[in-house]
Amino acid sequence: MTTIHQSLPIATEQSAVRYARRRQVDRTLQAVIVYGILLATSFIFLLPFVWMILSSVKSAQEVAYFPPTIVPRQVLLSNFFDAWNYPNMQFSLWLWNTVYISGIVLVGVLLTSSLCAYGFARIEFPGRNFWFMATIASVMLPPQVTLIPLYVLFFKIGWLNTFHPLIIPAWFGGGALNIFLLRQFFAQIPTELEDAAYIDGASRLRIWWRIFVPLSLPALLTVAIFTFQANWNDFYGPLIYLTGREKYTLALGMNLFNSQFGAQVHYMMAIAFLMTLPMIVIFFVAQRYFIGGIVLSGVNR
Amino acid sequence: MAFAVKKRSALYWRDTFQGYFFIMPVVLGLILFVFGPMVVSLYFSFTEYSVLQSPVFIGLRNYQDMFNRPQLRVLQSLWVTMSFALTSVPLTMAAALGAAVLLNQKLRGMRIFRTMLYIPTIVPAVATVFVWGWLLNPEKGLVNATLQWIGLPKYSWLSEPSTALPTLIILSLWGIGGTMVIFLAGLQGVPEVLYEAGRLDGANAGRLFWHITLPQITPTVFFVLITGLIGTFQYFVPAFILTRGGPLYATYFYNLNLYEKAFRWQFMGLASAMAWLMFAIILVLTLILFRSSDAWVYYEVKK
Repeated sequence: MTTIHQSLPIATEQSAVRYARRRQVDRTLQAVIVYGILLATSFIFLLPFVWMILSSVKSAQEVAYFPPTIVPRQVLLSNFFDAWNYPNMQFSLWLWNTVYISGIVLVGVLLTSSLCAYGFARIEFPGRNFWFMATIASVMLPPQVTLIPLYVLFFKIGWLNTFHPLIIPAWFGGGALNIFLLRQFFAQIPTELEDAAYIDGASRLRIWWRIFVPLSLPALLTVAIFTFQANWNDFYGPLIYLTGREKYTLALGMNLFNSQFGAQVHYMMAIAFLMTLPMIVIFFVAQRYFIGGIVLSGVNR
Repeated sequence: MAFAVKKRSALYWRDTFQGYFFIMPVVLGLILFVFGPMVVSLYFSFTEYSVLQSPVFIGLRNYQDMFNRPQLRVLQSLWVTMSFALTSVPLTMAAALGAAVLLNQKLRGMRIFRTMLYIPTIVPAVATVFVWGWLLNPEKGLVNATLQWIGLPKYSWLSEPSTALPTLIILSLWGIGGTMVIFLAGLQGVPEVLYEAGRLDGANAGRLFWHITLPQITPTVFFVLITGLIGTFQYFVPAFILTRGGPLYATYFYNLNLYEKAFRWQFMGLASAMAWLMFAIILVLTLILFRSSDAWVYYEVKK
């Protein structure tokens, strides 16, 4: 090394040093710019969320100030309690309805989508490709195309204003994207494991339950998180099928609260925060499944 | 096959039986909740139907009405949706790609920034909408307070026909989280060797991005573009809750129009026809994009 270094002409050595120094300056400058933009963007992105929290703890008078106070003069944590138990509103019941629907949908989605994914990934049978392509193609179909016949059907069999229209369809395959995602995951599991169990006389159902389900817990967790999130946030489905207040979900309840008492902004923001909180908790606990899931469903195609 | 009548083995029949046993949920689901309703929906689109009375066959009248009766506002709402799609989709894609490029720099703390930029995406749509309504409140909102503070005039934002749709387009920027993560994964899949080769040839950052990064991630761009366009036709919650389609129908999105035709006015036939028009438009757009993809989407392995 040293000999080569020494043999370098002086001019080249100086220019090399200069080049290295310039790159160092460039890199520092670049880092400063990147951090600057990201900090500013993050601030703007989090602002609505922060403002929601700040507004939710202000008093009724303070929240109406213009120009507004940034830091609340008085932090009223009781707002959360008062908003949640607002007269004529039934947020506890609506929470229960939301959890109930999301929970039963979740079980149906995990169970049936992983069954179907196993069938598509591991068994050869005539018609498999047709049904798999049909499943994938159904993603392209706007739900509005099937919405009206389904609404009429559910109306005729007396399912309007029940949870059935929101729950039952999830037990039939649990969504094309979930089947696709799990099939991709199952396809990567080595066949040796399966063959060994097969030779021991295990049935396919047993193999699915004892080998594929435990081995694909990360993928199942990803599906679970996105399913729960979608149901927790869903507004369109409940709006169409649930008409009685006692059947409302949180999303519908919040909309009702707004239409009647929307002027009470501090309470509105308190409810918005309470509705967001579980999602934030799930996100921070299971962040890598969120990010991983988006990548899986987005890039693999 | 024609001559040799092959006797299927017991294994074949067992696999077939078991295969259909496993995929039974989705087979039934597709028949009951997709194919069946599609056929019925197509039939409804040729009828006048209000749920309580039986459907009356009226031929192509619904389809003609969509184009010939401006009071139904089908074309108007289609225009609102298309102008939103043509601005919001490219805007959010560019912003998401920009954010992903920044997050892809090898610097400390990038995961924290990724989390912060992703957070708006996990806030439930209903909650988001009310927070925006509050922020943009013309009299008491934080946005106008800030504008006043720095000496700019106040805006009416969502309550002014000319600014309502642009406001919603700007708000769509807060939803780039998912797209950003997809782009980030795409960027991380670009082989480092290509950049090294480019740098040796003396290319600057801009040229590296334009000639290496962008061509390499075109499959991701393609995917995001298609899902983005389809997603625009589902746009509902902000228009339904925040603006109710107004003011003066400035934010009367196609999906909102369809919802009102079906569930407010019980025009089930017309609403079905609207759904099929939506489907046709999505199909045509997707087809055009697929056809054009050979020209601009780069695939590692050519078929």
